[in-house]
Amino acid sequence: MIVHSIFFYFFSVIAIFSSLMVITSRSTINSVFFLILDFISVGCLFIMVGAEFLGMILLIVYVGAVAVLFLFVVMMLNVAEQKQSWFIGKKSTHIPTGLIVSVLILLELLVVVGGWKYKENIMSSGTLLLSGISNTHQLGLVMYTDYILYFQLAGIVLLLAMIGAILLTFRERVGVKKQSYLNQISRDPSNAVELIEVKSNQGVKLDD
Amino acid sequence: MTEIGLGHYLSLGAIIFFLGVIGIFLNRKNIIVILMSIELILLAVNINLISFSIFSGDILGQIFTMLILTVAAAEAAIGLAIIVVYYRNRGSIRVEDIHGMKG
Repeated sequence: MIVHSIFFYFFSVIAIFSSLMVITSRSTINSVFFLILDFISVGCLFIMVGAEFLGMILLIVYVGAVAVLFLFVVMMLNVAEQKQSWFIGKKSTHIPTGLIVSVLILLELLVVVGGWKYKENIMSSGTLLLSGISNTHQLGLVMYTDYILYFQLAGIVLLLAMIGAILLTFRERVGVKKQSYLNQISRDPSNAVELIEVKSNQGVKLDD
Repeated sequence: MTEIGLGHYLSLGAIIFFLGVIGIFLNRKNIIVILMSIELILLAVNINLISFSIFSGDILGQIFTMLILTVAAAEAAIGLAIIVVYYRNRGSIRVEDIHGMKG
């Protein structure tokens, strides 16, 4: 148990520190790196608490895809030098209001956490955690049976996101040779293949 | 103190949520950091759902976490695509320059 608490405090201190650095680093690229560190440490927390599948998904999908996508965009758009605006220039007036609102949200959440009590026998549900099989097995048993509709809806959301991203960033370029599908599929043997009578010992002349 | 319970995880989630909200207010002019703050907020929500799922012994929270991960990935992809298109058109993604959007 003491090992568990040591690891919890280790990873959560790293997570809090790196999310602080995400919002306060001077350059955007440092923010992205700290976001990656944040995802990694929270993923380790998930694995530690017993949700191994989601921890690994967080490590693979988030660190491997989403955070690297942020990194690509920051590097591609040449905004890495754009300073965080609240360090320079005139002070904007929305910051005190934002601070007050955020601190109030934090206090409310902490009050809720501090004053919360478990009810005995929280609920009876058909999706209780079972002992003896792994987390992934259990997740699959529930997700592919009772919640297959939500699973497929998530797939449709991803498909729509993919179509939308491609459609948004697509542009016609001039001067680039592309395949013409219509020309390709409308070829037929009558104009594509030519039969030539080749005489013996003479060969045939092509492309003249 | 050495017994890690639900309250510890919920407090961690609350703090990360708070940092995400405050990041939106502080970095209002840098739209990529705003997107990253939204990712932080969603991460805090995931921490809450998973800790409730583990400590109350119900797998359902982890399924909802998976759906939230899906939506967050889709949101990041679309948001970054919009940023790329905007940068290609205007040469800048500073939020104060974005006043051409009508409606």
